[in-house]
Amino acid sequence: MAIWLVQLALDRWRHSEQCQRGEGADSQPLVLITETAHGPRVDAANDAGREAGAESGMMLADARTLCPRLKVAPSDPAGDLAFLERLALWAQRWGPWSAIDAPDGLLVDVTAVAHLFGGEERLLEDVHTRFAAQGLTVRAAIAPTAGAAWALSHYGADNGPASAILAPDDDGAARLASLPVAALRLDADVLLVLRRLGLKQLGDMAQLGRDAVQRRFRGRRAPSANPLMRMDQLLGRLPEPLLPVVAVEAPLVQRRLMEPIRHRSLLDQVLADLADDMVRELEGRGEGARRLELGMWRVDGEVVLRRLELAASTRDAAHICRLFSARLDDVDAGFGIEMLRLRASWSEPLVLAQAELDAAAEEHGTSLAACIDRLTVRLGARAVRRPVPRASHVPERAQGWQPPLEPEQDSQHLFDFHSRPLKILERPEKIAVLYASPDGYPRRFRWRGDVHEVVRVEGPERIAPEWWREKGSARLRDYYRIEDGAGRRYWIYRAGLADDGRGGMPDWFLQGMFG
Amino acid sequence: MGIAKESRLEHKKNIGADSMDLSVFPKAAQLVLPGQHVPRWQPGLARGKARQLHNELFASADEAAGAACALALALDGMRHTEMDRLEEKSVLWVQDAASRRKTGVPYRPGLPRELRHRVIHVAAAKVEDALFALEEGMRCRDLACVIGEVAGNPQALDLTASRRLSLAAEKYGVPLFLIRHDAARDTNSARMRWQVRSAPSLQPRWNTLAPGQPRWHAELFRARSHAPGEWILRDDGSSLAAERPGAGTASAQTGEQAATPDHGDLAGAAGAGSLAAL
Repeated sequence: MAIWLVQLALDRWRHSEQCQRGEGADSQPLVLITETAHGPRVDAANDAGREAGAESGMMLADARTLCPRLKVAPSDPAGDLAFLERLALWAQRWGPWSAIDAPDGLLVDVTAVAHLFGGEERLLEDVHTRFAAQGLTVRAAIAPTAGAAWALSHYGADNGPASAILAPDDDGAARLASLPVAALRLDADVLLVLRRLGLKQLGDMAQLGRDAVQRRFRGRRAPSANPLMRMDQLLGRLPEPLLPVVAVEAPLVQRRLMEPIRHRSLLDQVLADLADDMVRELEGRGEGARRLELGMWRVDGEVVLRRLELAASTRDAAHICRLFSARLDDVDAGFGIEMLRLRASWSEPLVLAQAELDAAAEEHGTSLAACIDRLTVRLGARAVRRPVPRASHVPERAQGWQPPLEPEQDSQHLFDFHSRPLKILERPEKIAVLYASPDGYPRRFRWRGDVHEVVRVEGPERIAPEWWREKGSARLRDYYRIEDGAGRRYWIYRAGLADDGRGGMPDWFLQGMFG
Repeated sequence: MGIAKESRLEHKKNIGADSMDLSVFPKAAQLVLPGQHVPRWQPGLARGKARQLHNELFASADEAAGAACALALALDGMRHTEMDRLEEKSVLWVQDAASRRKTGVPYRPGLPRELRHRVIHVAAAKVEDALFALEEGMRCRDLACVIGEVAGNPQALDLTASRRLSLAAEKYGVPLFLIRHDAARDTNSARMRWQVRSAPSLQPRWNTLAPGQPRWHAELFRARSHAPGEWILRDDGSSLAAERPGAGTASAQTGEQAATPDHGDLAGAAGAGSLAAL
């Protein structure tokens, strides 16, 4: 069942002005406006206003030209939505669940409940009378699908309740063929396209053929942009999930007392009991209280209210009692308090904390996964990593990085007789080398401003460039393990040979440091 | 184990032979606490109560001796504590940006064989981030040790930060080896502070021209529970070997060579990788 609140904003305004439709303040032309970047725009106009020429969507200045004595009130879309939410909950009197159809409609599931109200027509009557009693103008329709009910409620013919009901065994396509295409709940630009194509009614689309429409709107995934999907939803060929409204009740605990209490110590005792009950209630929901209200009903009918707001959600009964006890000093018990009620009017999710386990982590340390999480959160995911071997001969490519807790891929290991440095520079540093012959051992080299005398040397270990990765002009490398006079061990290489025809004299680089 | 025992005997013999060594006499640290015997540092101390968890190694950024020596000390501790455990815990290696730029990043094929697959590297951009990572690492019960590298004397690594590290290490029992590249010896609360530099390597048996097994000159210049001293450290694959630097290179060389015949790289390679071994 779809319920369309035709004049939701105006009905709410009338309610706030406490006048009936067309009477009192409503007898004057009036529009509800919102401020936009281009000036105030009319959201809704009452009957007198519409007669005077104002329409929704018009600029206020234009409406004023038509009717200079137009009255203006601000509209309240957020309030309308909140009202609609409450209304959706109230509408669950007609069905097990309901959904909001923003901005001004409701959808109620009335599957197999119509007989409780004496049939679908009686059900619609009931809806109309109950909404009318609240001063709300509605149009309602019942159909097998939400889309069809919406179409009927917004655009269906207005002659009797029978026209607003689409029975399951009716031919939906035929019944709805005369409705305008706007009944498909499409976006404004799609409606414009359809109008330009000359498609005015739902029946036109059936005549045009599915393929043609499909071709025109291919690639439109959203239902509100694709008339075919909307059509299928309307006829029940495609599912249309709806988001139901679920009532959330504030946790509330209360104590009715056999004897009215007049003394503070007893009050504290009852409060402690109430706090315990509240903590249990909150625990069941996995929530903690942010605001607590304590109501105390006195014998003579007076109600004393004390309110408490907390900085962080809590479930600590002792904490609650301690905070309340400071606020109870000035309570006048009169002839006694006979009922206390504690309500958490604002609660937030609070994870069930396992205090003992937390303490254990504090005492025995965190797990590796928790440690990595903490590091990753602060330093970024790429900063915490594990070195892994990669299939490559070139030393800097033979090591890759991966997230620390991922399993390592199998790879071919290096030969053990290849000794590799403990640390490798992020990019090899150029060194000036003195050698006896261009392809001989290095004798002495200068690096970072220091001269290192080569005392021991082993090499060369020749590593050819990886032709499948690099350009043809890449030069081979001759690696030497060397040790200088102070015992410092380095890994240096000569990039290329003197006569390899790939550049001039080869350069020398220092790439790694041995332990 | 036999090798380690022998080398320890060697070490004792060295002390006995060189009785005029000044380090035998009580130091100021010992005189402050009269009546308490202050033990000398020796490899394998990580087993006992004298284990110190917050270690600092001062080293030059132009050589990898600091990192290598830290790994050797860490392995020395791990071999003693992990002997009866089946699980292998990871090692967290934290570097700040300056030390990565100056000394490079750990290279997996060159890491000690026991640690290759266990290293988790943290590339911190700032020193503050590196200190945070070190502290978080020490809080983690699933880490064997934490190795940190910080270049210079940054403002963030002051006495307070250093004390935080000490307390975290002692509370959770995860050893920290913090390598200070090109740093002045500032005031901090590290329990053992070393000055490390490379020492000439052992001569390989076969290719005498090639660099051999690495050795480091390590000077323990301040320690909470040990007397200061100098050692030549060497990781001989199964344990950490230490000898006194003044013990006469020739005799030490020959002695060590006799104890642990260094077959160079060929023998190890043949045992580990040749088809015959399969």
